[in-house]
Amino acid sequence: MSLAAHDVRVVLGGRTILSDIGLALERGRFVGLVGPNGAGKTTLLRVLAGLIAPVDGRVTLEGHALSGMSRDARARRVAALFQGAVIGWPMTVREIVALGRLPHRRAFAGLSEADETAIAQAMARTDVGHLADRTEPTLSSGERMRALLARALAVEAAWLLVDEPVTALDPAHQLDAMALLRAVSRDGAGVVAVLHDLALAARFCDRIVVLSGGRLVADGRPEEALTDALLARVFGVTAERGLAADGTRYILPWARSGITEESDGAIIPG
Amino acid sequence: MNAPVTALASSTSRRQGAPRARRAVIALLGLATVALTLASVAIGYAPFDVPAACADLVAGRTTLPALVLWELRIPRALLGGLVGFSLGLTGAAMQGYLRNPLADPGILGISSAAALGAVIVFYGGLAASLSLALPLGGIAGAGVAALLLNALAARGSSTLGLILAGIGLSSLAGALTALALNLSPNPYAALEIVFWLMGSLSDRSLDHVLLCLPLMIVGWGLMLSTGPALDALTLGEDTAASLGIGLVSVRLRLVTGAALAVGSGVAVSGAIGFVGLAVPHLMRPLVGARPGASLLPSGLAGAVLVLAADIGVRLLATRPELKLGVVTALVGAPFLIVLLLQNRGRRA
Repeated sequence: MSLAAHDVRVVLGGRTILSDIGLALERGRFVGLVGPNGAGKTTLLRVLAGLIAPVDGRVTLEGHALSGMSRDARARRVAALFQGAVIGWPMTVREIVALGRLPHRRAFAGLSEADETAIAQAMARTDVGHLADRTEPTLSSGERMRALLARALAVEAAWLLVDEPVTALDPAHQLDAMALLRAVSRDGAGVVAVLHDLALAARFCDRIVVLSGGRLVADGRPEEALTDALLARVFGVTAERGLAADGTRYILPWARSGITEESDGAIIPG
Repeated sequence: MNAPVTALASSTSRRQGAPRARRAVIALLGLATVALTLASVAIGYAPFDVPAACADLVAGRTTLPALVLWELRIPRALLGGLVGFSLGLTGAAMQGYLRNPLADPGILGISSAAALGAVIVFYGGLAASLSLALPLGGIAGAGVAALLLNALAARGSSTLGLILAGIGLSSLAGALTALALNLSPNPYAALEIVFWLMGSLSDRSLDHVLLCLPLMIVGWGLMLSTGPALDALTLGEDTAASLGIGLVSVRLRLVTGAALAVGSGVAVSGAIGFVGLAVPHLMRPLVGARPGASLLPSGLAGAVLVLAADIGVRLLATRPELKLGVVTALVGAPFLIVLLLQNRGRRA
């Protein structure tokens, strides 16, 4: 029951984006994929979704090569939600969520009972049921994100790959979205999310995979992966750590490493 | 599954209103297409006894009314429906695929290439010796354009690359058409070409119908098959691919389908503008914005519009007869301006 990359190397437009990526993911876990801008996180997500073929190495799903599967079979098993996904036409939220059922539907067939149930469940889960008849231009960014997440959930895939799901959300909806992704993983799906917010990643994810310069530089439980040394080397930040009132540990990126408060202050004019 | 979810499921299945409205629109447009095709047969310049002509035709008597019916009226009516359906369907498919409400059937340069092919035949003087030379030239032009575009599309170039190639192809074909006009040996030949380019359905024969019908049907099938893919592409190419859509296959089907339908349409009727651009905008308020949902209704509405315009051309009885392409543009352009202004008002 795993989605795995074996010695994957990816070259796009003549540039090596990823190299030596070896990664075995399990279902039932929520994995955070973090790294600075340009580290190759989105590319890795696209490779895992089977959208880019690596030049070297291979990606396997439950032991079978992803590239050998039919498009529909792959789409039923691995759902993906990409960053900056725009909605090109003013479709209703329900129509957007229904797109998640495409891999399950035969040509020219309508929605089956199972499709209807999956759509309703996905909309209830992301709390967009009341928006079903609203069209895209009238949604806030949070509502749009939740509608798109419902679309991905409607696939009912064993794997859910998400690119920056919380970037456009307010704090309450960020927490909701992270809790939802964790809940999806507890229901048995493997969830991989590209995240920029290290605090949220450390709080919600079971496992953190850190990419830097197209290579995998750390992989493990949040406190194992996000060490002070790694944060300084890869992200160029230092972090505050502590124990929250509810007993969970938190980590909060606090300052650029090697830059003192005085020099911070010097940048501010006046 | 818990209670709220069950309630939601039943409320969504109750709300099958949208597909039902779409089916009603399709049925009404289908009826209108049939009615207007019959009207188009009945309406002409000369008073014409349709039942008598039909009776003669069925009985195999080669009377003048039977000939007029078989050789002129029926081909004209059929072509109106066929060309209109092709334009409406291709317009909806192109707008859906390119996620651009201003795309029209000619955006990939296929119409211009077909027109160029016909003009070359005109210019070469072949049109006089063989009645089908003109449409065959047009189809050849569209075929060359489709091959070039498919070569590009198969290499996996982006949507933007495809649009730019279409613009390039369109400009080149336009320039070569202008060159042919410029070098035309006498002004009458040039005038004839210009008139043909304006688009018309008059004096076409059943041969024209038989020539374009099979090509159009294949083209329609290819474009209608992309409905779910167009829906998925609303969320971008990556998401569509993650839903199991083969992006290259969709591109090839659309380019080939548009070339077959619009290429053969332009080849038999000349350029009829604005139908493909305006019709999808008319249909969206009725059937919703989902691109796949507007394909078939747009095709039918295109047929209705072209048939109605062609009847109008004959009822107006100006001399010379107004060209169909001129009428559709005259009616379509102000309509489109109103539509865009309304749209802007709604967004603001």
